[in-house]
This record gives sequence, structure tokens and C-alpha cells, in this order.
Amino acid sequence: MGKYTDNPGAVDALVREDQVHRDVYLSPEVFALEMQHLWRNTWIYVGHDSQVPGPGDFYTTTLATQPVILLRGEDQVIRVLMNRCAHKGAKLLSGPQGKCEANVLRCPYHGWTFRLDGTIRSIPQKAGYEGTAFATSNAARGVVQLKHVRNYRGFVFARLSEDGPSFEEYFGESLSSIDNMVDRSPQGRLEVAGGVLRYLHDCNWKMFIENLNDTMHPMVAHESAAGTAKKLWANQPADAPKPMAIEQFLPFVNGYSFFDEMGVKLWENGHSYSGVKFSIHSKYSSEGDYERLMEQAYGADRARAILGEVRHNTVYYPSLTIKGAIQAIRVARPIAHDKTVIESFTFRLVGAPERLLERTVLYTRLINSPTSVVGHDDRHCYRAIQEGLSTDGNEWVSLHRNHDVSERDGMAGTYNGLSEVSMRGQFRAWARYMKPQASTEENA
Amino acid sequence: MIRVEDCIALVYHEARLLDEQRFDEWYELYTDDGLYWMPLTRGQPDGVTHTSLMYEDKLLLKVRIERLKSPHSFSQQPRSHCQHVLQQPDVESLAEDRMTAVVRTPFFYMESQLDDSIVLAGVTWHHLVRDNGQLRIRMKKIEIVNCDAALPSIQLFL
Repeated sequence: MGKYTDNPGAVDALVREDQVHRDVYLSPEVFALEMQHLWRNTWIYVGHDSQVPGPGDFYTTTLATQPVILLRGEDQVIRVLMNRCAHKGAKLLSGPQGKCEANVLRCPYHGWTFRLDGTIRSIPQKAGYEGTAFATSNAARGVVQLKHVRNYRGFVFARLSEDGPSFEEYFGESLSSIDNMVDRSPQGRLEVAGGVLRYLHDCNWKMFIENLNDTMHPMVAHESAAGTAKKLWANQPADAPKPMAIEQFLPFVNGYSFFDEMGVKLWENGHSYSGVKFSIHSKYSSEGDYERLMEQAYGADRARAILGEVRHNTVYYPSLTIKGAIQAIRVARPIAHDKTVIESFTFRLVGAPERLLERTVLYTRLINSPTSVVGHDDRHCYRAIQEGLSTDGNEWVSLHRNHDVSERDGMAGTYNGLSEVSMRGQFRAWARYMKPQASTEENA
Repeated sequence: MIRVEDCIALVYHEARLLDEQRFDEWYELYTDDGLYWMPLTRGQPDGVTHTSLMYEDKLLLKVRIERLKSPHSFSQQPRSHCQHVLQQPDVESLAEDRMTAVVRTPFFYMESQLDDSIVLAGVTWHHLVRDNGQLRIRMKKIEIVNCDAALPSIQLFL
């Protein structure tokens, strides 16, 4: 069926070293293949363990468009179950989060009940199954529990496919960004706090993910928002204390040299971050006695090292982007080739002044909300791409900026910030994971 | 002294200024410490430690208004338009000294941009104050029914 299904050669041909074919964004068939391969072979962010603090607490979401449940068992183990009754397939839970009554999952249709590990607890009128082959059927195994789940310092990821890279192999040193975010709590602990913003985008999920380390766009796309804030603030005396909002807006219209010098770091498998030397978050004012609390917890040198890392966006390809320096994350939930929900979560640094939660809440509202003057222009551009790419005459998207043929031998490294290398890295990973993976030994 | 009919008139007038995009006049309806708040959750206690859809002081409102005038507001090509349809406002409470009042107004709101449109409904709470002889808005809190939905862009003011 179609041009790309069962045709790995055609899928491969969509990605060149320095260009990609428009069908990676436009084709519903390629989207279906992404959900079947890329989003199943790689480690996808599910949720944070603080969203399910106690036994029986659940949080529902989707992985590769499939509904899943993140839940904590009576044994405190965090599991991910498919949100599908073992019987006729009804979703067991429909709310975004809550607590399973009596620590049991109960299907709303026929009342089958399941333990928190997915095994069957009871079936009404069970005698009806006597003499049938039920015991050897899939239904008798209960709710499907994902085998490949990893809770990394509170961040829970899952891999849907049987075969694929281990968690460590897949993320490698990129986990240092999560480490830095967690270490910013004097107690080394984060809690989801402040609500979740859900922003519906009429574009392909990759446009959002690519944009996170696209440093060539802020001074153009966000001139009207951040440039206006800058102009309004320009009349203030130089020593007037800057409101937090102004502090957060202004760096968006820094010049090209700022974004170039801040650098971008690329790892294997499409992961990257910008802001190697400094970032748009570098010049935020210090907050109360936070630094003192950090020094008490970690010692002066280590505290300075932790707070000195002010990475901009880290992309955990393909689903998660984090801003460790301000404790905010954005999660891409693809719905269709031209439809994506972006969910923004903020975190409390446990043991730190509440003012830091206020800072991330403000940033997330200003930049990531459906009412954000920054978000509006981003979303407008994504949709403009989605529509513009359908034109005849040029089927290719250029990713040539600072391309170097030596990237063939491996792309991990640090590059100038304005390079499009992070996108080239993403598409290299894309091509790698758009096909069935070799079987591995790991048990993560 | 605040009169009930003045409160009701102000709420209608405010919506009209927004629908006619007379944003500079609209801005002047707010006190200097005025706040425009669209919570993200039902019963949300504050907009400081919890994310909101909007929680704008006058500086942030000014940024929005000035941005809308910029030829480089790309998301405003073409321009958005909006229409409020208000139910009769109710003065929920009037302070004993008649210097402050709270007004409740259920509404429908449509925002459109060429072929796209979004319809929102909810309840607005106006916290009004007598300020230098004038009735002004100290806080406008807009509770939309589907605050927890995945929403597309909302570009104007409810």
C-alpha cells in the first residue's frame, strides 16, 4: 500500500545529509510509519514520577498515539500499562490523572478488574469461560504492561518495541541535562507543579522539535513580541529593576552573534542542546537565599558548577524537550501528520525558594501558552511551512547551514550556535530508527 | 459612590472596545495595578505559583497592544477579529462604602482569522474600583469552560 509502506528504500531516500524531502512533514503515510517505527523503537517520555506520588495514583497520556497509563503500584514500582481492557479493548481510564479506587483498575464496560500490575483480579460470572480456550488467550494475560520502562531521576521513559537500543545506549551523555535540572534542587528532587498548558498545533511534530534549537528564528519571528517589550522598557532608567517578565522577554531579540557564540552541542540519536557557553537564561537575577541553600547542600564549588550550566533547550529526540535552567519541559504528542499537541509542565525544585516556581510558571505562560505572543508567531510559522511545502517546484527542505562533509563520520560534538547541525542530527536518527531494529540483550 | 447601573454599563463598554479593537482606550479602563487573569484550572487560587492562560499586569497588556500594531506580528497576518456576546451582568457584591464592586457576566466569545475561528464561553468576574472619581477595573478574571482543553492560539482579549 502506498509509496513508503514496506519500502524502506523510499523512506531512506527522504533524508539526505543536508536536505530532507517534504514528505517527512506532509505525508500521512510517513506519519503512520513514524508511529510504527521511530516512535516505537526509541525511548519516549511518558511522565514524571511526582505525577503519581502514591500507590494507585495514575496519569494517562499517549505514546506514539496509543493511550497508556503511568501508575504506581502498591510495591511503589512505577509501571506503564496499555490503556486497554484485556477483554474488548475499552480504555480503562479516561481522565488525565487520579487514583484507582481500592487500588484496582476496573473496566467501565463489563466490570473486569485488574491489579496495578495489569494482571486480572476478577471477571464477573467467570464460569462462562469454563470449557473455553480463554486461559490460553491474550485476554487471560490481563492488561499489557510495557517491558521497557525506565525511571531516570523521576523522568519516566518507555520503549514500545521489543527490540531497540537500551536506555543508556540511546540517551548516553545527553542525560547530563536532566541531571543538571534535578541537581538544581538542594534535595535533588523535582515535583511537577503549577499545572499543564496544552497547546494545539496544526503542524507536524518535527517542526516544533526542530525549532527548539533553531537559533536563527528568534530575532525574526519574535521581533514583534520581544522587540516590543524591549522598546517599552527602553524608556526606563538604566538602573530601574527589571520585572521578571522583561528579563525573560529581552534575550529573544539578542543578535545573531549572541546565538552563534552560545554554541550547540550534539549527541548521537538526535539529542542536542543549545546554550553551551551561555544562554538566554544566563542573566536572570538570583533569587533570595537559593544560592546559599545550594552551597549548603552541595558545597560551594559543586553548587557553582550546577548553577553555571544554563543550557537553553535540550531535545530528547523525538518526544521531550527540557529547559533545566528554569525547570520547564515541553512534550510533543503527535496526533496526525499535521496535528500535534504540545504539553508544557513546570517543576518545583524541592527545598528551593518558591520564587523559582514563580519564575518557571511565568516563563511558561509567557512563552509556551496558547495565549503567548511568542508562541503565536512560532505556531504561525509552523503552519506556514505545513502549507507552503505543498507547492510544486521544490520538494526539498534545506538544512545546509554550516554543513560539513566530515559529519558523515560522526556528528557528536560542539558546533557554532547558528548551525543547523541539530536538525541534521535529528534526521540522521530519524532514518536510523524508521526501520526494524536488531534484537538486543538489554532488560531495562 | 459606585452605582449598579454604572458597573453594568462599564462591562458592556469594555467588551465593545475590545470588539472594535480600540485597545488604547481599553487599556485606560484598568487601574495602574490592574490585572487581566485567565486561569488555567477551575478554582485556581492564584496566578503566581500556578500557570495561567493569561495573568497580565499593565506592562504585559501594553506589550500585547503594541505588538498588535507591529507590521511584524506575523501571526496577525491576516488580522484576527472578535465578538463578545454578554449575558446581562450581575453585581455580585458591592462594598459597604460603595467604593468597590464585583460583577459577574456569562459570555460567549468568538475569535476569527480568515477561515479559522474559535468559540469560547465562560464567566467573567470584574473587580471594579472607584479610582480618582472614575470607575475602573482592578481585576478582570475570565474563567473559560474548556480551560483544560488543548487550545489553539487565542490572540486577542476575552
